[in-house]
Amino acid sequence: MSNYAIQVDNLTKKFNGFTAVDQISFKVKTGELFGLLGPNGAGKTTTINMLSTLLKATSGYGEVSGYDISRNKDNIRRSIGVVFQEPALDTKLTGKENLVFHAMMYGIKKQERIKRIKEVLELVELTEKEKVLVEKYSGGMKRRLEIARGLIHEPKVLFLDEPTLGLDVQTRRHIWDYIKRLNKEGNVTIILTTHYMEEADFLCDRIAIIDRGKFVAMDAPGRLKDILGGDVVSLEIEGNPDALIEQIGSLDWIKNITRHDETLSLTMDRGERRIPELIHVAQKNEVEVTCVHLRKPSLEDVFLHFTGRTMREEEASQTERNREILRSRFGRRR
Amino acid sequence: MINKTAIYVLWMREMKRWWRAKSRIVGSLAMPLFFLAFLGLGFRRMTIPGLSDDVGYIRFLVPGIIGMNILFSSTFGGLSVLWDREFGFLKEIMVAPVSRVSIVLGRIAGGATTALIQAILILGISCIMGFKITNISSIFLAIVFMILIAVTFLGLGLVFASKMRDIQGFSIVMNFVIFPLFFLSGALYPLENLPVWLRYISKLDPLTYGVDGLRAALIGVSSFSIFYNFIFMVMFSLVMIFLGAYFFEKSESV
Repeated sequence: MSNYAIQVDNLTKKFNGFTAVDQISFKVKTGELFGLLGPNGAGKTTTINMLSTLLKATSGYGEVSGYDISRNKDNIRRSIGVVFQEPALDTKLTGKENLVFHAMMYGIKKQERIKRIKEVLELVELTEKEKVLVEKYSGGMKRRLEIARGLIHEPKVLFLDEPTLGLDVQTRRHIWDYIKRLNKEGNVTIILTTHYMEEADFLCDRIAIIDRGKFVAMDAPGRLKDILGGDVVSLEIEGNPDALIEQIGSLDWIKNITRHDETLSLTMDRGERRIPELIHVAQKNEVEVTCVHLRKPSLEDVFLHFTGRTMREEEASQTERNREILRSRFGRRR
Repeated sequence: MINKTAIYVLWMREMKRWWRAKSRIVGSLAMPLFFLAFLGLGFRRMTIPGLSDDVGYIRFLVPGIIGMNILFSSTFGGLSVLWDREFGFLKEIMVAPVSRVSIVLGRIAGGATTALIQAILILGISCIMGFKITNISSIFLAIVFMILIAVTFLGLGLVFASKMRDIQGFSIVMNFVIFPLFFLSGALYPLENLPVWLRYISKLDPLTYGVDGLRAALIGVSSFSIFYNFIFMVMFSLVMIFLGAYFFEKSESV
């Protein structure tokens, strides 16, 4: 088998003349954590649906763990796990029953089934709630249950469509940790979609920025941000900064220094992790820092850079486009 | 091709959901029993052409109402795919490495079982209310017809569910498909009373043979022979399973 978990070549999906995904091509290495980043309606979910055999591609080629998406659907279904954007749980069943349903659909034998269900429930810390009907679960618990479910059959490739959409910060962190661990320890190839920059940044080895069905950029998050120049940390200082500027300038992670009166603006990656060190260096040079300000490049900035439009403009026009999709789908069926 | 575990687990899911919605079970029994009670009592003293005196309207009505109940619950059972789509669970089913035929068979098995249980409950309550069955072994014959009716209309429900995008078309199916099928089946009156051209249309209605077969089994009175009814119902149910599976396979799940 090849080193690539996914290979996509000129994949296109049209809904009645409207192009939702427009000739995208990419490859994901086995074991990679790959992100699709873009505003709502950019074509992320449609891409996932095509790769997970739920939608037929209009044209182009796609391959998941070595199988052609248009021919070997059953083989692909056996080797992937999918966590959908919208919850896909039976709320009238308990958490455990949902997992049993899944395990049996994937043909896992009883002993193995019991063992794995126990494992995944522990992993997402839902063992105590296993006998509770899913309709009583909170949004975060449902999400965790779905991730657990996606893992029962030990997929080689896991698709996560907006895994943390609508969750509170704490739960989001939690889920990020699971995803990271899975990828690193379980060696699962993961493709996730998100429109949170920090999520893509924290998790992904590589990101593709998708807009209006097309890829506009694809690279490691750090390199994408390099294009924007990285975080800007501003220090308001008292005292003579010359020695300080010289010492900071010699640090290899500092990309740029500008000085306005009492304010030093420093460009770097992961600014929040560098602030303590900067203050330490300042103190050693007998400069007092009175105020620190950190500005991170946002999705807004990246998106603006690559498309020339802001995300909000784009989402507004996307709403119009989504209506178009709905119209064309209705038109086709009626 | 046919995955027994998948059929079993889909059936099991249906059973659990049904058992947990107890208020719905009670509700689903209320309508047929009201029909029986009020229609049966209201028309009790009337002489209905085509009905011999020793049968009586209530006896005539019981198999019809059982047929009606199976028609409604099975069609809804087929249409419940739409609810799964609405709540997202359909994607979980469709992304599983299971042949689409197995999915359809699992749904039909589940829907037919619940429809059958409800039909037997109605029959039991009718017996308590004084309905007499010609002989006990004919119950088994009646159960065969109940299953065939259920399978036929589960298939029909699946066809509609595959062609519809959401549950908004539901009332259209209800008013323009289910009610006409019900009224044309002879569940409420002997079909001999219909004008000739309507009688021809009623012969296209699967429920006609289902209800007539139930009548033959339960009260020993029918328009066609029981064998004739059986053959027609077997053909209808096979065709509808095939059509249900065909359209379901072709429909898009997202």
